[in-house]
Amino acid sequence: MSTPYAKLPGWVEYGLIPLINLAVAFLVAGLVVLLVGENPLEAAYHLINGAFGRGEYIGFTLYYATTFIFTGLAVAVAFHAGLFNIGGEGQAYVGGIGVALACLWLDQTMPWYVVFPLAILGSVFFGALWAFLPGWLQAKRGSHIVITTIMFNFIASSLMVYLLTRVLKPLGSMAPQTRTFAEGGQLPKLDWLLSIFGLDVGTAPFNISFLLALVAAFGVWALIWRTRLGYEMRTMGHSPSAARYAGIRESRITVITMMISGGLAGMMALNPIMGEQFRMQLDFVQGAGFVGIAVALMGRSHPGGIIPAAILFGVLYQGGAEIAFEMPSISRDMIVIIQGLVILFAGALENMFRPAIARAFAMRGQRAAAVVQTRGA
Amino acid sequence: MDDIAIELHGIDKSFGLVHANKDINLKVRKGTIHGIIGENGAGKSTLMSILYGFYQADSGEILVDGKPVAIRDPNTAISVGIGMVHQHFMLVENFTVLENVMLGAEDSQVLNKGIAKARTELKRLENEYALEVNPDALIEELPVGLQQRVEILKALYRKADILILDEPTGVLTPAEADHLFRILGQLKSQGKTIIFITHKLREIMAITDEVSVMRRGEMVATRNTRETSVEELAELMVGRRVLLRVDKGEASPGDVKLAVQGLTVKDSRGVTMVDDVSFEVRSGEIVGIAGVAGNGQSELLEAIAGIRKATAGTVLLNGKSVDVMGHRDPAELRARGLAHVPEDRHHVGLVLKFEESENAILGYHHDPRYLNGVFLNIDAIRKDAEEKIAKYDIRPPNARLKTANFSGGNQQKIVLAREMERDPDVLIIGQPTRGVDVGAIEFIHKRIIEMRDQGKAVLLVSVELDEIRSLSDRILVMFAGRVVGERSPDATEGELGLLMAGVEGRKEAAE
Repeated sequence: MSTPYAKLPGWVEYGLIPLINLAVAFLVAGLVVLLVGENPLEAAYHLINGAFGRGEYIGFTLYYATTFIFTGLAVAVAFHAGLFNIGGEGQAYVGGIGVALACLWLDQTMPWYVVFPLAILGSVFFGALWAFLPGWLQAKRGSHIVITTIMFNFIASSLMVYLLTRVLKPLGSMAPQTRTFAEGGQLPKLDWLLSIFGLDVGTAPFNISFLLALVAAFGVWALIWRTRLGYEMRTMGHSPSAARYAGIRESRITVITMMISGGLAGMMALNPIMGEQFRMQLDFVQGAGFVGIAVALMGRSHPGGIIPAAILFGVLYQGGAEIAFEMPSISRDMIVIIQGLVILFAGALENMFRPAIARAFAMRGQRAAAVVQTRGA
Repeated sequence: MDDIAIELHGIDKSFGLVHANKDINLKVRKGTIHGIIGENGAGKSTLMSILYGFYQADSGEILVDGKPVAIRDPNTAISVGIGMVHQHFMLVENFTVLENVMLGAEDSQVLNKGIAKARTELKRLENEYALEVNPDALIEELPVGLQQRVEILKALYRKADILILDEPTGVLTPAEADHLFRILGQLKSQGKTIIFITHKLREIMAITDEVSVMRRGEMVATRNTRETSVEELAELMVGRRVLLRVDKGEASPGDVKLAVQGLTVKDSRGVTMVDDVSFEVRSGEIVGIAGVAGNGQSELLEAIAGIRKATAGTVLLNGKSVDVMGHRDPAELRARGLAHVPEDRHHVGLVLKFEESENAILGYHHDPRYLNGVFLNIDAIRKDAEEKIAKYDIRPPNARLKTANFSGGNQQKIVLAREMERDPDVLIIGQPTRGVDVGAIEFIHKRIIEMRDQGKAVLLVSVELDEIRSLSDRILVMFAGRVVGERSPDATEGELGLLMAGVEGRKEAAE
């Protein structure tokens, strides 16, 4: 009774409201396109066509989505324990070290299916390590994780510049990157998956790490809702005082959660390094760690929401690139504005339309109740 | 005197499928104190929120001074002379009294002029209604009773003739409550109309002229307070006769199960909250700790339960020492036979966003019964929760419902079921019936006595003196962090009251 708005049915909560938010975001984005003197419908066409028009485009969309699933899951896991890990960017970047080391070590002697598991372990290890430090600092020293994870992004960036210009760079090369991996360091594409639907993946780097991302999403669901550790994480996330009462040790959960979160962020590195570029380049993360925050927000920190949210951002990346290509007066920055609007409406202003929708449903409920009553009489 | 200040006709309000107010009719006479009583969730607060403009009624009419008014928001309510003193104060903690009183009624963009005017007006109000409070004191430095006085001043400053007080004594000490009653009497004699919402029958009898009883969204009766009785009102509230006294047999105390020796607790500012407290609780007895809220009972309970660090002292559980100063694991205490029903079920005892079944294992989630390796055994957890729901008559009987959607009494039953069904040796309970409706209180009291009769050692902390007296076999009174006396439950209320106020205790200590 103290809640002014009635509980909404699931399909409204998780279907209608996000769709309305998204529609409004695109409407406003359309106005922006109109403002620069372009046709919004044409832009919308290029966005959709660029993302889904051909097998190759779909491949690119899903390639980007793979990256965002990993970083979105990373942020979501931390959210459940009440921790705001905004260091996914740095954790993914450092996670790349693990991938690169596994590939550089074994790519010439071993097939991909031997290298890949080791690369996964490496990426998880380095990503988790990079999140362990802020987690430990918060648990033991009370340094706030939001501050430390941001700082660790910068440290990661500097560390990687050092490694890629001094240590991991082949002798004599001018480029800040590792050598290109041999076949053992290259992940197979998922061309067979698209060909089931009669599509041709073309040059798109849609690779097997997409399946790993789906497995990780299932793993996160099981962890959060089906394990004792997940139960303890959620207890702490909802109510630290109740967690203390239940004998759940805050410091332990903080450190463990951050390591899981960092490990997931680290796995993101597999996709671009082993799936697309076959080498580790400077700045390969390209902001995916931050997009993960938006993905987790939009997906309500639930894997079932994160996957579609990640695909949506994949659409924005791939389709957005297509808009920039086809409509030169819409620059790459405009695409960023559109992405920003989606984040704004779907994340930050998520509750803007909720009261009105809830009222509409309450009225409908009353009318239904009235009908029942009159029938009863 | 027979003028009607407020008249409600057929007020109806639903939230979704919850019918919070059904066709409410109410007349409040001018210059009287009108009590509205009902269990939690009876619709009292909803009705008052409609009157104050927080919600709009779906249908019905409000008349103020005989004229129909449409109260769309609190500003309209204020403009027709209705003021509200909220249960949780709406004050800016780091503002002064004066700043809080004039907040939202500054009258001009330049503050200085308004401040001068407000100061004179505040002075006048203070004199007229004997509501002294230093206008330059910061709110955060004032005791709760004075903060409430500021809320009343705020309403009067806005020229309220009708004051709504929502559960005003919930946060007050008995002395402060008495003072509030005197203030209300004063306001009444000056011609103000007061609507007084509470679920405490005694307050209704003490202060109101008329009383209306609400039950499940309906206004079931209005009585002249002088012509009714506590028993009649209680019956009207719950719709059946309830036992206000608890039936219990003689205690047969056995071995010492819980021994507290020289326990001292300091808070984060270094203020001593619990000061060298020692006592014992034996199996088969209920020891009650009485005291005005804020005299260290909460801290004592938390220190014993392991969620607050002690600075000195020891606690023996079943004769074995429990480390109270260093790091302690409440989970380990549970394993050693200590069950704890915390005072604050919303923030400590439960996770409101969890399903009922998830809360039914909180703190016991290491029990192999609920686990399959590292995984939760969801089936076993739900089955266990359903058994407890049946045994404790938790309503609605749905283990998958979110805990926040249960009423206060049922939430408390969830906690009690979890802690009592573990067959603990020692049960410590804080405020077992705070915010719990009358029907559930009876059930909870019975269960506590059953625990005693099964040979558990029960330590009970409550700010409800009636509860302490009717349940306990021995009563310890705490004042300013110390145990100032032990009495039998037959001690008179006056005797205990003096101890709680620190009057008797000081004398005893001096002798």
